[in-house]
Amino acid sequence: MLQIENLQVEVDGKPILRGLNLDVPAGQVHAIMGPNGSGKSTLAHVLAGKPGYTVTGGSVRFNGRDLLALSPEERAGEGVFLAFQYPVEIPGVNNVYMLKAALNGIRKHRGLPEINAVEFLQQVKAKTAALGLKESLLNRPVNQGFSGGEKKRNEIFQMSVLEPQLAVLDETDSGLDIDALRIVAEGVNQLRDPARSFLVVTHYQRLLDYIVPDVVHVLAQGRIIKSGPRELALELEARGYDWLLQAVA
Amino acid sequence: MAATSSDVQSLIGQKYEAGFITDIEQEHLPPGLSEDTVRFISGKKGEPAWLLEWRLKAFRRWQEMQEPAWAHVDYPKIDYQSISYWAAPKSAGDGPKSLSEVDPKLIETYNKLGIPLEEQKMLAGVAVDVVFDSVSVHTTFKDKLAAAGVIFCSFSEAVREHPELIRQYLGSVVPQHDNYFAALNSAVFSDGSFVYIPKNTRCPMELSTYFRMNARNTGQFERTLIVADAGSYVSYLEGCTAPQRDDNQLHAAVVELVVLDDAEIKYSTVQNWYPGDEEGRGGIYNFVTKRADCRGRNAKVSWTQVETGSAITWKYPSCVLRGENSVGEFYSVALTHNRQQADTGTKMIHLGRNTRSTIVSKGISAGRGQNAYRGLVRIARSAEGARNYTQCDSLLIGDQCGAHTFPYVEVKNSSAKVEHEASTSKISEDQLFYLRSRGIGQEDAVNLIVNGFCKQVFKELPMEFAVEAQKLLSVSLEGAVG
Repeated sequence: MLQIENLQVEVDGKPILRGLNLDVPAGQVHAIMGPNGSGKSTLAHVLAGKPGYTVTGGSVRFNGRDLLALSPEERAGEGVFLAFQYPVEIPGVNNVYMLKAALNGIRKHRGLPEINAVEFLQQVKAKTAALGLKESLLNRPVNQGFSGGEKKRNEIFQMSVLEPQLAVLDETDSGLDIDALRIVAEGVNQLRDPARSFLVVTHYQRLLDYIVPDVVHVLAQGRIIKSGPRELALELEARGYDWLLQAVA
Repeated sequence: MAATSSDVQSLIGQKYEAGFITDIEQEHLPPGLSEDTVRFISGKKGEPAWLLEWRLKAFRRWQEMQEPAWAHVDYPKIDYQSISYWAAPKSAGDGPKSLSEVDPKLIETYNKLGIPLEEQKMLAGVAVDVVFDSVSVHTTFKDKLAAAGVIFCSFSEAVREHPELIRQYLGSVVPQHDNYFAALNSAVFSDGSFVYIPKNTRCPMELSTYFRMNARNTGQFERTLIVADAGSYVSYLEGCTAPQRDDNQLHAAVVELVVLDDAEIKYSTVQNWYPGDEEGRGGIYNFVTKRADCRGRNAKVSWTQVETGSAITWKYPSCVLRGENSVGEFYSVALTHNRQQADTGTKMIHLGRNTRSTIVSKGISAGRGQNAYRGLVRIARSAEGARNYTQCDSLLIGDQCGAHTFPYVEVKNSSAKVEHEASTSKISEDQLFYLRSRGIGQEDAVNLIVNGFCKQVFKELPMEFAVEAQKLLSVSLEGAVG
């Protein structure tokens, strides 16, 4: 589904990703771990098309299409979703109204008619309940006045409504207490599907107790330096990253 | 219109959809302003002697006045002698008696603007008075309104048919010498709309005036006078457009509202005069005086304005809250893009006991637009228990625009309660990216944020106009980001 080859990315002339290779087949969950400043968030942002990053080499293909040639909204239309590490507040814009605009934007991209309002609200209600999200959050402005946990849960809620093919979770576990973490992880697990892939960026292996990955990658110095099964995350927790970095050096 | 060649300009031409010119035979007074001009206009309209005297008095006062310079706007000095003070479609004569007498080209013009004059095609429940340059060309639904006792006609007709009302109320809210532009208007006003709602009458439909400036080098000076007698209610809307031209045109209107005991006037404006091009060439100077006088107990006035057009907007729809328990409201969205400048706000003058006012102002600045809110809340010694709430928000798009707030508060009664809240925010790259990553296109994302910002004001507009206002904002903001 997602094929990244030799991806090189700079920010303000400074190289961040230096030849990253990654292959995520359909239906799999891949975790990206790595020390601070290794380029994890950059990877997440570049996949979603955030401005400010310069791709200087390599390619990203999504279902065979050149992802880097698409605008952020086109990528969403193709089925890419980014759950933000720091979801932004948008005063005045109603949460559900935004979500409806998003869903219709995606449907338009796919040549589908706008969704029926009643049907949409039914879907929203069902998914709110499944995620234990307060219904009162639906009609508040996007993320405004939400607690840290509510913001993250709102991201997963949006994901469940938009039903992407590839969901990139950028440190979704940061700032969550253990109960919230479990709820968010359950939300993700409910969405696991043979046709859907997840790229889970995280600092801590704790999240992977709940969202069990098929493959764990270690991103350091702008490259994937090691990939392995779920147990690799446990080993990283026990030993840290230094032994890996030394081995590479 | 001079041909403009560059791509940018032709692009802007497409954006301002009302920018076409109607090729129609016009009767045109050569540029220049003197007592003779005033006499000509008055004579043209066959006005009674008292009205000519009234105009001349205004003109003499105007000559002694100075053009105000305190507004936060910047424009070259206006040469009042280079403006023509009278233009009218030739066939209009004294005004058409029925639709068949209206020049088909005019009907075509208004159809293009989306205001069909044929009553059967119209939105049910809206009566329209149409002012083309200096004269009113047609008023719809007259019979139905007359059955309810409502008078809705052009100003000229009101002078002929209802002189006693005009004499009683004209200039009673905005005196001739109130300010420079009001004095000029009082001297040379050409037409406008007059509304009288009789006692205990709820006007059976929305009333609407559509202003169109077509002739070149012509000022438009219309007057609107609305009188809501005791216990009555009316909702009134005005819309404005003008062709796209390279030179500036002056629009100096006066609107007077008189509200008696328990009466209510809801006055909504969607102003879309030609704003000028990207470099600030052309566009309308919109220097307007609007004021409501709540003379009676429990009188209520609500001003709602959506200002997206004009090169310069200078306008402060105000409320004099004289009657006990009277209520004034002001809801405003003002957008400035490219080189547009707006200095707008309101004045709430609390004179009566327990008078209340609400001000909600939303300013949006994009491109190199400059947007100023200027508002006065005055609580007189007599205004025991008066209340005011002011909320004043600015939204910036890009980093070359400006937002300014000039609130004036004068409180002479210690029982009064006055609140003022203000905020300034900017549409951030992060907000746009967040929405785009969800599948919402860039322009839609900007519109979503802007509409969210304006929601509080849009909900005050009648339904159809709220939709029109949203569309207008999105058209006016095209190319603001990216």
